[in-house]
Amino acid sequence: MAGRVSAPGAAKGFVLPQVPKILVYIVGFIPAVWLFYAGITDQLGADPMRYLEQALGLWALRFLIATLAITPLRQLFNVNLLRYRRAIGLLAFYYAALHLITYLVLDQGLDVAAIVADILKRPYITIGMATFVILVPLAVTSNNAAIRRMGGQAWARLHKLVYVAAIGAALHFILVVKSWPTEPLVYAAIVAVLLGYRLVRSLVKKPSPRRRAA
Amino acid sequence: MLIRRPSDILPSEITPREVYLNRRQWMSGAAGLAFAASLPGGLSAAPLSAVKSPFSTDEKLTSREDVTSYNNFYEFGTGKDDPAAKAKSLKTSPWAVKVDGMVGKPAEFAIEDLIKSSTLEERIYRMRCVEGWSMVIPWVGFPLADLIKRVEPLGSAKYVAFETAYRPEEMPGMDTVFPVLEWPYVEGLRLDEAMNPLAILAVGLYGETLPNQNGAPIRLVVPWKYGFKGIKSITRISFVDKQPATSWNKQAPSEYGFYANVNPSVDHPRWSQATERRIGEGGLFVKRRPTLMFNGYAEQVASLYTGMDLRKLY
Repeated sequence: MAGRVSAPGAAKGFVLPQVPKILVYIVGFIPAVWLFYAGITDQLGADPMRYLEQALGLWALRFLIATLAITPLRQLFNVNLLRYRRAIGLLAFYYAALHLITYLVLDQGLDVAAIVADILKRPYITIGMATFVILVPLAVTSNNAAIRRMGGQAWARLHKLVYVAAIGAALHFILVVKSWPTEPLVYAAIVAVLLGYRLVRSLVKKPSPRRRAA
Repeated sequence: MLIRRPSDILPSEITPREVYLNRRQWMSGAAGLAFAASLPGGLSAAPLSAVKSPFSTDEKLTSREDVTSYNNFYEFGTGKDDPAAKAKSLKTSPWAVKVDGMVGKPAEFAIEDLIKSSTLEERIYRMRCVEGWSMVIPWVGFPLADLIKRVEPLGSAKYVAFETAYRPEEMPGMDTVFPVLEWPYVEGLRLDEAMNPLAILAVGLYGETLPNQNGAPIRLVVPWKYGFKGIKSITRISFVDKQPATSWNKQAPSEYGFYANVNPSVDHPRWSQATERRIGEGGLFVKRRPTLMFNGYAEQVASLYTGMDLRKLY
């Protein structure tokens, strides 16, 4: 959807100097490339597999948070980054996929029995897997053709699932650590603020009347 | 009990060059230690001479680099690299270990006296962390039983309680928004567990005094239990008649028990304990290996738990 916002959206919101969207992907993939390179060249410390796995998951959560920040940035601070939201959302998906592949292949060595047991028995894995499953239809429909095919409203409704994914990702992070270290709680708090903002806004502001009806 | 003939060359004798040179410099272990202890802040890495032990494993050692850079020592932060980065601020000299409670001879031992009066042994043990990774570490230390015998526990003493130093000003990880654990860190063993010859108080690793991040100047090593039982930087050992509180058990009783014996068939509620990753093995492509009952020390310790339901008393 991002592509067409620029024209009518120009009136609403301060549009930053535009950069090609491909640049978002290139910059976005730098951490992944660096992580794999550092992993192969033994620069990720004593437990490189675990480092890679966790870092990829963390980047997925960061990009997820970035997509959720775009609307509040526009509404509150008049900063319009809507043009880049699809790229950032897809980066979140790609990182989640890399995180999952690392878990399946490097961590569990494709041990199907162990993986199935993990998914069924370990809530943090169950939640992590469910979060990834939620992201799949969002990634698959992140293109103009899907929006046309589905219609804007249905598409927007489907993409509200990103809220569930963000909650799942934050919870997954909290459940994987021992005790209550600060970092996962900070990420959870950011997700809570970004979703809470939407909830409050929807309660305060009545849904805007349809143009067509008026 | 299996007494293995020690191999001729201990893998730990193959030490990094700088350590080897350092050793040459000091020549005499005792002299080096005395010198190190006289320096402010305790200083790092003084050589320790130690005799070999039949309890040592001949498995490949985890590198000194990994052993001293990948640590859980939450007083210095929850990140694995926090202790190595931040534990320098801990002042390990002077250091005293107070031994009290139900003993005939309560005492306060200066660390250098403890080391001087003990026959130090090299114990190469597997270390299995509750998080699912493991190492092989050449500790230097002495049997906990030696110390216990010196203070003459009373008949009423049934447990041994341990306490880590409580020094927020030297331990930056203690100051967090939500305390990750209740401080000071406390641990405990049943007296018969503590008397088991495998249980040691370690004062060194890789032939030198303990680096701060590994629990300097003195820590517990109980290789058949998960790593968190190995309380670090001990300042107090008390003999008591009731099972003492232990830090991780207080934090999450359903996840961490008092016994915390390595047991592949009893999962942590949030993850499996059936397998482990050996640190330094395979890098990015590390292959999991099966975790052994009592971390492979069943022969020496299984009899301590006869008749106990280890599913309930995890």
